[in-house]
Amino acid sequence: MSSLPQQRPRPVGSRWLDRIFAVTGAVAALLSVALFVSLLWDLVRLGLPELSWEFFTGEVEDAGRSGGIAPLLVSTLWILLCCLTLAIPLGTGCALWLSEFVRRGNALARLVTGGVDLLASVPSIVFGLFGMVFFAQTLGLGFSILSGGLTLACMILPILVRTTLTALESLPADLRPASAALGLSRTTTTAKVLLPAALPGIVVGITLGTGRALSETAALLFTSGYSTRLPESISDSGRALSVHIYDLALNVANGGAMASSSALVLLALILVVNSAAVALTGHWLRRRHATS
Amino acid sequence: MITGSSTVAPVVADVAKRYENTHPGTRIEVQSGGSSRGISDASTGVADIGMVSRALTDEEKQKLTAHLLAADGVCVIVHKDNPVKELNKGQLIDIYTKKVTNWNQVGGADATIVVANKAEGRSTLEIFVHFLGLDNADIKADVICGENLHVINSVVSNPNTIGYVSIGTASAEAGAGTPIKLIVTEGVTPTMESVRDGSFPITRPLNLVTDAETSPAARAFLDYLMSPEIHDLIEKHYFVPVR
Amino acid sequence: MTSSRNTTLCRSVDRLVEAVLGLLALVSGGMVLLIVWHLLAGAWPAIAAGRLGAFFTDAKWQPGSLRDPQFGVVTMLVGSSLVTLLAVVIALPVGLATAIFHRFYAPAFLERWNRRMMELLIGVPAVVFGFWGLMIVVPAIVRVAPDMPGQSLLAGGIVLGLMILPVIALTSQAALQAVPTTLLHAAAGLGLGRARTIWSIALPTARGGITSGVLLALARAIGETMAVVLVCGNIPQIPTSLFDPIRPITSTIALEMGYATSSHKALLFCAGLVLVLFTALFVGWLSFRRNDTDPGTGGA
Repeated sequence: MSSLPQQRPRPVGSRWLDRIFAVTGAVAALLSVALFVSLLWDLVRLGLPELSWEFFTGEVEDAGRSGGIAPLLVSTLWILLCCLTLAIPLGTGCALWLSEFVRRGNALARLVTGGVDLLASVPSIVFGLFGMVFFAQTLGLGFSILSGGLTLACMILPILVRTTLTALESLPADLRPASAALGLSRTTTTAKVLLPAALPGIVVGITLGTGRALSETAALLFTSGYSTRLPESISDSGRALSVHIYDLALNVANGGAMASSSALVLLALILVVNSAAVALTGHWLRRRHATS
Repeated sequence: MITGSSTVAPVVADVAKRYENTHPGTRIEVQSGGSSRGISDASTGVADIGMVSRALTDEEKQKLTAHLLAADGVCVIVHKDNPVKELNKGQLIDIYTKKVTNWNQVGGADATIVVANKAEGRSTLEIFVHFLGLDNADIKADVICGENLHVINSVVSNPNTIGYVSIGTASAEAGAGTPIKLIVTEGVTPTMESVRDGSFPITRPLNLVTDAETSPAARAFLDYLMSPEIHDLIEKHYFVPVR
Repeated sequence: MTSSRNTTLCRSVDRLVEAVLGLLALVSGGMVLLIVWHLLAGAWPAIAAGRLGAFFTDAKWQPGSLRDPQFGVVTMLVGSSLVTLLAVVIALPVGLATAIFHRFYAPAFLERWNRRMMELLIGVPAVVFGFWGLMIVVPAIVRVAPDMPGQSLLAGGIVLGLMILPVIALTSQAALQAVPTTLLHAAAGLGLGRARTIWSIALPTARGGITSGVLLALARAIGETMAVVLVCGNIPQIPTSLFDPIRPITSTIALEMGYATSSHKALLFCAGLVLVLFTALFVGWLSFRRNDTDPGTGGA
């Protein structure tokens, strides 16, 4: 969006630069869209015909080549819920501590930041192995939705920490001194002033994390497992949608079409979850402004 | 609890579902994780039954018993548009050791052969290598694949590729229109029938393994797996029942 | 609003909150230690057997060979690094340029649509990216270089680049959004053109957020498994051209873990450990540097 007011006449060189920027930017944007469409093309071509009411409500049959994905949707949502329930408090808390409660350059803070950044570069398959050994075996959770959700929480933690930290650091510099001048305690400032102001940035992090969590396969294969039964609790094994797509694409002959339709459903799921997050945030922020 | 080979997992999961429907009150959980997971879980008792897509080694046979679920063949595939229809063992050895590098040396067009091999530890690799009489280190590959469908799609995306996969998967995909072709090897056409009657030279067993302490419930399911009642499920997954 | 009449209570609450948040932070930072510990535990049999030296000195990776087993991991480290670098080289300009375009040149509704699209792209499973790469990118590469296998460093870089593009684009967009409009208006008031404002004011201010995004993207790329294994050819070698197949360490673990004997498995854990430590040196160094130079407004 052009947020800059109309310019006075300016030197020719500057206009050239502006044109170059505009064209380069437009080309890049178009390229992104083109690649995205290319990615979706085959998915839609193969998968759209398979979508039907039965697909959304039916059980998995014939290793997924027919029937539906209803139990998988339930499993996937439960895994996401477990993941976010752990990751959001942990990630937000960590970012808040780093941003508000420690001096710059504090050694411990640097270590924590380093640790979180390192966490981001652990390969997804190592997360799978870790989750399998730690959550499933050591903590005794076995193949379960909980194992999967907790493993995913570890995986998206760096995303949440980094984006929340950036959001907090980008807040206007006068917010904190103003708050202190009003006599508000650190806690109140954080809870009632900073967090709401940083909320849009935090939500970006949550949407990034959700997308990452929903698309993750390797980590879930060994933790929440392979079972296509409708899970009765979070200690049951439940196949996530991403694992199903992987299995159909690589392990089951002629699974390609159903893999594509499952992928389309996964994308729709992301759209729904993200739209809900944005809508809720917008609604909540508007309410706050209305009452204050 | 049943864990192991991701090749065997889909068919066992289907059988488990049918068993649960006909024997209400039972609960069977099928997980994947690879053949070696099947072996180790069955040995330690974490799983009642392990799924293994190869034969057991002598060391493994000391602790575990193998029950043959089905047979699967390994065949060579090329792109449908590739004029080559048949390759004998000698030609295959030459291709895979890069003594022959162009398709026109074996009756095809003038194009560089792209050799697709499977990753270490896969049973298809071991069986193929054994059939050719080579060692893993002798094979000079251009591309290394993991799953069968990876090989198939590699052949589709680069028509000069040669690879080897499970006959079942290849037949299924070819039948559904994927542009691949199964190569006749040593005079035998790779089909489910030629695997069944034993004329096809490269086959691998799909095994279920148990140790000495298997629960009666698991034994009952094992018997069900061995029975002819589920042969239709085995065939639906393009494997060959053996009884 | 809390009344600040009872300051001791406020201070105690503050301290409690600080302790709780500190605990959460320590858990977050310490998580990676837990993971490294487990990797070490899994890798121990190989380390104890003295294999670690061979890891770095053996030229090839053929652990399954009976005649000549070799365990060299250097080629795969190079593979991981190169494909990650290529991915960032591809994704950074496109992602940043897209973010700039949508923030400063495009109408608001386009920006919303772009964000939706990027959010969707992040959620696409790696398998889908891999198949797209195998079925669309690889044949295109084969057309350009007919004697090469097609599955290559280039294919891996393109697929990974597309995977991390939304991370860079979204975080850059958020960072640019956070640049105070007062700054931008001030620049306009001084007579700076739009492009100049972006270059000299907006970008430097947003640098922290953009760098965060790049770090996240880099980390994601180096750890990606499923997509690269389908398109990069998986030959453990040091490439001499963009069209040579390569194998990142993650592919080795993915390909061989499910079928490995226990001694082989320990080696794979070792490989994972090497990758994490190698990344630690690089990402950790970048992160430390960033904390030093970042202006920020944090803490007090």
